Amino acid sequence: MSSQILSQTVTAIKRREMLDGAKATLPLIVGAIPFGIIFGTLAGPSGLSAWGALAMSVIVFAGSAQFIALGLMAAGAAIPVIIATTFVVNLRHILYAANLVPKVRHLPQRWRLMMAFGLTDETFAAVSNRFLLQENTTHAHWFYLGSWLAMYSNWVLCTGLGIGLGELFPDMTHWGLDFAMSVTFIGMVVPYLKSKPMWGAVIVAAAMAMATLGLPHKLGLMVAAICGISTGLSMHLLLKRNSAQEPSHE
Amino acid sequence: MNEAGLIVGMFLVTFSVRYLLFAVAGKVHFPGWLITGLNFVPPVVLTAIIMPAVLVPRGELWIGVNNPWLLAGLFAALVSFWRKDLLTTIIAGMLFFVVLRFGFSF
Repeated sequence: MSSQILSQTVTAIKRREMLDGAKATLPLIVGAIPFGIIFGTLAGPSGLSAWGALAMSVIVFAGSAQFIALGLMAAGAAIPVIIATTFVVNLRHILYAANLVPKVRHLPQRWRLMMAFGLTDETFAAVSNRFLLQENTTHAHWFYLGSWLAMYSNWVLCTGLGIGLGELFPDMTHWGLDFAMSVTFIGMVVPYLKSKPMWGAVIVAAAMAMATLGLPHKLGLMVAAICGISTGLSMHLLLKRNSAQEPSHE
Repeated sequence: MNEAGLIVGMFLVTFSVRYLLFAVAGKVHFPGWLITGLNFVPPVVLTAIIMPAVLVPRGELWIGVNNPWLLAGLFAALVSFWRKDLLTTIIAGMLFFVVLRFGFSF
Protein backbone atom coordinates (compact mmCIF):
# COMPACT_ATOMS: atom_id res chain seq x y z
CA MET A 1 0.00 0.00 0.00
CA SER A 2 2.55 2.56 1.14
CA SER A 3 4.84 1.77 -1.79
CA GLN A 4 1.92 2.34 -4.14
CA ILE A 5 1.25 5.73 -2.60
CA LEU A 6 4.94 6.52 -2.80
CA SER A 7 5.10 5.67 -6.52
CA GLN A 8 2.04 7.84 -7.10
CA THR A 9 3.77 10.76 -5.38
CA VAL A 10 6.91 10.21 -7.44
CA THR A 11 4.84 10.23 -10.64
CA ALA A 12 3.24 13.49 -9.53
CA ILE A 13 6.67 15.01 -8.84
CA LYS A 14 7.93 13.97 -12.28
CA ARG A 15 4.87 15.50 -13.95
CA ARG A 16 5.31 18.70 -11.91
CA GLU A 17 9.00 18.91 -12.96
CA MET A 18 8.13 18.44 -16.64
CA LEU A 19 5.50 21.19 -16.51
CA ASP A 20 7.86 23.54 -14.67
CA GLY A 21 10.53 22.84 -17.28
CA ALA A 22 8.17 23.70 -20.13
CA LYS A 23 7.04 26.86 -18.30
CA ALA A 24 10.60 28.04 -17.64
CA THR A 25 11.36 27.70 -21.36
CA LEU A 26 8.32 29.69 -22.55
CA PRO A 27 9.98 33.14 -22.82
CA LEU A 28 12.78 31.59 -24.87
CA ILE A 29 10.25 29.80 -27.08
CA VAL A 30 8.65 33.16 -27.90
CA GLY A 31 12.00 34.28 -29.31
CA ALA A 32 12.34 31.08 -31.35
CA ILE A 33 8.91 31.38 -33.04
CA PRO A 34 9.84 33.90 -35.78
CA PHE A 35 13.15 32.08 -36.21
CA GLY A 36 11.38 28.76 -36.95
CA ILE A 37 8.83 30.35 -39.27
CA ILE A 38 11.48 32.19 -41.26
CA PHE A 39 13.54 28.99 -41.54
CA GLY A 40 10.50 27.28 -43.09
CA THR A 41 9.82 30.12 -45.56
CA LEU A 42 13.46 30.41 -46.67
CA ALA A 43 13.91 26.64 -47.20
CA GLY A 44 12.24 26.40 -50.63
CA PRO A 45 14.00 29.39 -52.20
CA SER A 46 17.35 28.15 -50.82
CA GLY A 47 16.93 24.82 -52.60
CA LEU A 48 15.70 22.58 -49.76
CA SER A 49 12.43 20.71 -50.33
CA ALA A 50 9.49 21.08 -47.92
CA TRP A 51 10.02 17.54 -46.60
CA GLY A 52 13.76 18.16 -46.34
CA ALA A 53 13.16 21.28 -44.26
CA LEU A 54 10.74 19.49 -41.94
CA ALA A 55 13.06 16.47 -41.63
CA MET A 56 15.96 18.80 -40.80
CA SER A 57 14.02 20.37 -37.93
CA VAL A 58 12.85 16.94 -36.67
CA ILE A 59 16.21 15.16 -36.95
CA VAL A 60 18.95 17.80 -36.60
CA PHE A 61 17.15 20.28 -34.28
CA ALA A 62 19.80 23.02 -34.32
CA GLY A 63 18.40 26.46 -35.17
CA SER A 64 21.42 28.53 -36.14
CA ALA A 65 23.15 25.62 -37.89
CA GLN A 66 20.00 25.00 -39.96
CA PHE A 67 19.88 28.67 -40.99
CA ILE A 68 23.52 28.63 -41.98
CA ALA A 69 22.97 25.42 -43.96
CA LEU A 70 20.25 27.22 -45.95
CA GLY A 71 22.57 30.14 -46.64
CA LEU A 72 25.30 27.77 -47.81
CA MET A 73 22.87 25.79 -50.01
CA ALA A 74 21.65 28.99 -51.63
CA ALA A 75 25.27 29.89 -52.35
CA GLY A 76 25.82 26.48 -53.94
CA ALA A 77 28.16 25.01 -51.31
CA ALA A 78 29.03 21.29 -51.39
CA ILE A 79 27.46 18.94 -48.81
CA PRO A 80 30.73 18.16 -46.94
CA VAL A 81 31.29 21.91 -46.53
CA ILE A 82 27.80 22.37 -45.06
CA ILE A 83 28.33 19.47 -42.64
CA ALA A 84 31.77 20.78 -41.58
CA THR A 85 30.28 24.24 -41.00
CA THR A 86 27.47 22.70 -38.92
CA PHE A 87 30.12 21.04 -36.79
CA VAL A 88 31.97 24.32 -36.18
CA VAL A 89 28.77 26.26 -35.45
CA ASN A 90 27.59 23.64 -32.92
CA LEU A 91 30.93 23.34 -31.09
CA ARG A 92 29.54 25.78 -28.52
CA HIS A 93 27.29 22.98 -27.21
CA ILE A 94 30.38 21.27 -25.75
CA LEU A 95 30.53 24.14 -23.26
CA TYR A 96 26.92 23.60 -22.25
CA ALA A 97 27.51 19.87 -21.84
CA ALA A 98 30.63 20.56 -19.75
CA ASN A 99 28.51 22.63 -17.38
CA LEU A 100 25.87 19.93 -17.03
CA VAL A 101 28.21 16.93 -16.69
CA PRO A 102 28.14 16.88 -12.85
CA LYS A 103 24.32 16.72 -13.04
CA VAL A 104 24.09 13.74 -15.41
CA ARG A 105 26.79 11.51 -13.94
CA HIS A 106 24.26 9.41 -11.98
CA LEU A 107 21.85 8.96 -14.90
CA PRO A 108 21.69 5.90 -17.18
CA GLN A 109 22.97 6.28 -20.76
CA ARG A 110 19.45 6.36 -22.27
CA TRP A 111 18.73 9.55 -20.29
CA ARG A 112 22.04 11.06 -21.35
CA LEU A 113 21.30 10.27 -25.03
CA MET A 114 17.90 11.89 -24.74
CA MET A 115 19.28 14.98 -22.96
CA ALA A 116 22.08 15.36 -25.51
CA PHE A 117 19.60 15.42 -28.41
CA GLY A 118 17.67 18.27 -26.78
CA LEU A 119 20.71 20.35 -25.77
CA THR A 120 19.96 23.72 -27.40
CA ASP A 121 20.89 27.28 -26.37
CA GLU A 122 17.38 27.79 -25.00
CA THR A 123 17.07 24.58 -22.97
CA PHE A 124 20.55 25.11 -21.53
CA ALA A 125 19.56 28.62 -20.43
CA ALA A 126 16.33 27.32 -18.85
CA VAL A 127 17.73 24.26 -17.08
CA SER A 128 20.94 25.84 -15.79
CA ASN A 129 18.77 27.96 -13.47
CA ARG A 130 16.99 24.85 -12.20
CA PHE A 131 20.17 22.80 -11.81
CA LEU A 132 22.42 25.46 -10.36
CA LEU A 133 20.13 27.68 -8.26
CA GLN A 134 17.73 25.16 -6.71
CA GLU A 135 18.44 22.30 -4.36
CA ASN A 136 17.13 18.75 -4.64
CA THR A 137 17.97 17.83 -8.22
CA THR A 138 16.90 14.17 -7.86
CA HIS A 139 14.14 14.57 -10.46
CA ALA A 140 15.58 17.58 -12.30
CA HIS A 141 16.16 15.54 -15.46
CA TRP A 142 12.37 15.49 -15.87
CA PHE A 143 12.49 19.29 -15.80
CA TYR A 144 15.06 19.07 -18.61
CA LEU A 145 12.79 16.72 -20.56
CA GLY A 146 9.85 19.11 -20.21
CA SER A 147 11.99 22.04 -21.36
CA TRP A 148 13.33 20.45 -24.51
CA LEU A 149 10.05 18.77 -25.50
CA ALA A 150 8.36 22.21 -25.40
CA MET A 151 11.21 23.75 -27.39
CA TYR A 152 11.27 20.86 -29.87
CA SER A 153 7.54 20.72 -30.60
CA ASN A 154 7.48 24.50 -31.08
CA TRP A 155 10.46 24.36 -33.45
CA VAL A 156 8.93 21.61 -35.61
CA LEU A 157 5.51 23.32 -35.60
CA CYS A 158 6.95 26.72 -36.62
CA THR A 159 9.02 25.12 -39.37
CA GLY A 160 5.84 23.57 -40.78
CA LEU A 161 4.02 26.88 -40.47
CA GLY A 162 6.84 28.65 -42.29
CA ILE A 163 6.85 26.10 -45.12
CA GLY A 164 3.10 26.65 -45.56
CA LEU A 165 3.44 30.45 -45.52
CA GLY A 166 6.30 30.29 -48.00
CA GLU A 167 4.13 28.32 -50.43
CA LEU A 168 1.16 30.69 -49.93
CA PHE A 169 3.26 33.84 -50.42
CA PRO A 170 6.18 32.98 -52.71
CA ASP A 171 7.08 36.69 -52.79
CA MET A 172 8.03 36.57 -49.10
CA THR A 173 11.62 35.77 -50.00
CA HIS A 174 11.99 39.11 -51.78
CA TRP A 175 10.88 40.99 -48.69
CA GLY A 176 14.38 40.78 -47.26
CA LEU A 177 13.28 38.66 -44.31
CA ASP A 178 16.70 37.01 -44.41
CA PHE A 179 17.63 40.05 -42.31
CA ALA A 180 15.85 38.36 -39.37
CA MET A 181 18.74 35.92 -39.17
CA SER A 182 21.38 38.67 -39.24
CA VAL A 183 19.60 40.67 -36.56
CA THR A 184 19.21 37.59 -34.34
CA PHE A 185 22.90 36.81 -34.64
CA ILE A 186 23.83 40.44 -33.91
CA GLY A 187 21.78 40.21 -30.72
CA MET A 188 23.62 37.00 -29.81
CA VAL A 189 27.15 38.35 -30.48
CA VAL A 190 26.95 41.70 -28.64
CA PRO A 191 26.62 40.28 -25.08
CA TYR A 192 29.93 38.43 -25.61
CA LEU A 193 31.83 41.69 -26.23
CA LYS A 194 33.05 42.28 -22.69
CA SER A 195 36.80 41.66 -22.88
CA LYS A 196 39.70 42.72 -25.10
CA PRO A 197 40.39 39.17 -26.35
CA MET A 198 36.72 38.81 -27.35
CA TRP A 199 36.79 42.13 -29.24
CA GLY A 200 40.01 41.08 -30.93
CA ALA A 201 38.58 37.70 -31.94
CA VAL A 202 35.40 39.23 -33.38
CA ILE A 203 37.18 42.05 -35.27
CA VAL A 204 39.66 39.64 -36.86
CA ALA A 205 36.85 37.22 -37.77
CA ALA A 206 34.85 40.06 -39.36
CA ALA A 207 37.81 41.28 -41.41
CA MET A 208 38.79 37.76 -42.48
CA ALA A 209 35.21 36.90 -43.45
CA MET A 210 35.23 39.85 -45.86
CA ALA A 211 38.76 39.18 -47.13
CA THR A 212 38.01 35.53 -47.94
CA LEU A 213 34.66 36.02 -49.72
CA GLY A 214 36.26 34.90 -52.98
CA LEU A 215 37.13 31.42 -51.68
CA PRO A 216 35.09 28.53 -53.15
CA HIS A 217 32.46 26.61 -51.15
CA LYS A 218 32.20 29.43 -48.60
CA LEU A 219 35.40 28.10 -47.02
CA GLY A 220 36.08 31.68 -45.89
CA LEU A 221 33.76 31.09 -42.92
CA MET A 222 36.09 28.39 -41.64
CA VAL A 223 39.22 30.51 -42.24
CA ALA A 224 37.63 33.50 -40.49
CA ALA A 225 36.57 31.35 -37.52
CA ILE A 226 40.03 29.82 -37.09
CA CYS A 227 41.77 33.22 -37.35
CA GLY A 228 39.32 34.79 -34.89
CA ILE A 229 39.64 31.99 -32.32
CA SER A 230 43.46 32.00 -32.56
CA THR A 231 43.51 35.77 -32.06
CA GLY A 232 41.21 35.63 -29.04
CA LEU A 233 43.06 32.74 -27.46
CA SER A 234 46.49 34.35 -28.00
CA MET A 235 45.32 37.65 -26.52
CA HIS A 236 43.77 35.81 -23.57
CA LEU A 237 46.99 33.87 -22.85
CA LEU A 238 49.17 36.98 -23.27
CA LEU A 239 47.02 39.05 -20.91
CA LYS A 240 47.00 36.24 -18.38
CA ARG A 241 50.79 35.93 -18.52
CA ASN A 242 51.27 39.71 -18.16
CA SER A 243 48.94 39.95 -15.20
CA ALA A 244 50.70 36.99 -13.57
CA GLN A 245 54.08 38.73 -14.01
CA GLU A 246 52.99 42.14 -12.75
CA PRO A 247 53.17 41.47 -8.99
CA SER A 248 56.81 40.33 -9.34
CA HIS A 249 57.83 43.85 -10.50
CA GLU A 250 56.95 45.30 -7.13
CA MET B 1 21.31 17.77 -54.05
CA ASN B 2 21.31 14.70 -51.81
CA GLU B 3 19.08 15.96 -49.01
CA ALA B 4 19.01 12.73 -47.00
CA GLY B 5 22.82 12.61 -46.89
CA LEU B 6 22.97 16.25 -45.86
CA ILE B 7 20.45 15.80 -43.04
CA VAL B 8 22.04 12.60 -41.71
CA GLY B 9 25.49 14.23 -41.82
CA MET B 10 24.26 17.33 -40.01
CA PHE B 11 22.55 15.14 -37.41
CA LEU B 12 25.71 13.10 -36.79
CA VAL B 13 27.99 16.10 -36.22
CA THR B 14 25.40 17.97 -34.12
CA PHE B 15 24.50 15.01 -31.93
CA SER B 16 28.07 13.84 -31.37
CA VAL B 17 29.11 17.31 -30.21
CA ARG B 18 26.18 17.41 -27.78
CA TYR B 19 26.64 13.83 -26.53
CA LEU B 20 30.45 13.57 -26.29
CA LEU B 21 30.83 14.92 -22.74
CA PHE B 22 27.64 13.30 -21.45
CA ALA B 23 28.88 9.93 -22.71
CA VAL B 24 32.17 10.12 -20.82
CA ALA B 25 30.64 12.20 -17.98
CA GLY B 26 33.59 13.47 -16.01
CA LYS B 27 36.00 10.63 -16.85
CA VAL B 28 37.93 12.84 -19.27
CA HIS B 29 39.32 16.31 -18.56
CA PHE B 30 40.01 18.87 -21.23
CA PRO B 31 42.99 21.24 -21.02
CA GLY B 32 42.17 24.78 -19.92
CA TRP B 33 43.26 26.44 -23.18
CA LEU B 34 40.79 24.28 -25.13
CA ILE B 35 37.86 25.32 -22.95
CA THR B 36 38.97 28.98 -23.25
CA GLY B 37 39.26 28.63 -27.02
CA LEU B 38 35.76 27.18 -27.27
CA ASN B 39 34.43 30.34 -25.59
CA PHE B 40 35.33 32.29 -28.72
CA VAL B 41 33.53 29.95 -31.12
CA PRO B 42 29.94 31.29 -31.03
CA PRO B 43 30.65 35.05 -31.44
CA VAL B 44 33.38 34.44 -34.02
CA VAL B 45 31.30 32.12 -36.22
CA LEU B 46 28.20 34.30 -35.98
CA THR B 47 30.22 37.42 -36.88
CA ALA B 48 31.68 35.68 -39.93
CA ILE B 49 28.10 34.96 -41.05
CA ILE B 50 26.74 38.45 -40.30
CA MET B 51 29.43 40.42 -42.19
CA PRO B 52 28.71 39.24 -45.75
CA ALA B 53 24.95 39.16 -45.02
CA VAL B 54 24.85 42.90 -44.28
CA LEU B 55 27.71 44.14 -46.51
CA VAL B 56 26.99 41.95 -49.55
CA PRO B 57 23.19 41.45 -49.39
CA ARG B 58 22.78 41.30 -53.16
CA GLY B 59 25.94 39.66 -54.36
CA GLU B 60 28.06 42.82 -54.56
CA LEU B 61 29.85 44.84 -51.89
CA TRP B 62 27.46 47.62 -50.87
CA ILE B 63 28.84 50.13 -48.37
CA GLY B 64 26.66 53.22 -48.17
CA VAL B 65 23.88 54.98 -46.32
CA ASN B 66 21.36 53.54 -48.79
CA ASN B 67 22.06 49.91 -47.79
CA PRO B 68 19.18 49.00 -45.42
CA TRP B 69 20.86 45.71 -44.35
CA LEU B 70 23.95 47.63 -43.17
CA LEU B 71 22.05 50.49 -41.49
CA ALA B 72 19.59 48.21 -39.69
CA GLY B 73 22.47 45.94 -38.65
CA LEU B 74 24.30 48.89 -37.05
CA PHE B 75 21.07 50.01 -35.42
CA ALA B 76 20.45 46.50 -34.02
CA ALA B 77 23.99 46.41 -32.60
CA LEU B 78 23.37 49.75 -30.83
CA VAL B 79 20.06 48.51 -29.41
CA SER B 80 21.76 45.33 -28.23
CA PHE B 81 24.56 47.26 -26.48
CA TRP B 82 21.95 49.46 -24.86
CA ARG B 83 19.30 46.94 -23.77
CA LYS B 84 21.24 43.62 -23.71
CA ASP B 85 18.04 41.79 -24.59
CA LEU B 86 17.77 39.46 -27.59
CA LEU B 87 14.05 39.80 -28.22
CA THR B 88 14.17 43.64 -28.02
CA THR B 89 17.09 43.64 -30.45
CA ILE B 90 15.29 41.40 -32.95
CA ILE B 91 12.05 43.40 -32.89
CA ALA B 92 13.75 46.83 -33.01
CA GLY B 93 16.15 45.75 -35.76
CA MET B 94 13.42 44.20 -37.91
CA LEU B 95 11.13 47.25 -37.50
CA PHE B 96 13.96 49.60 -38.47
CA PHE B 97 14.77 47.40 -41.47
CA VAL B 98 11.17 47.23 -42.67
CA VAL B 99 10.76 51.03 -42.34
CA LEU B 100 13.97 51.66 -44.33
CA ARG B 101 13.21 49.13 -47.01
CA PHE B 102 9.51 49.71 -47.53
CA GLY B 103 8.86 53.11 -45.91
CA PHE B 104 11.63 54.79 -47.92
CA SER B 105 11.80 52.03 -50.57
CA PHE B 106 15.59 51.81 -50.54
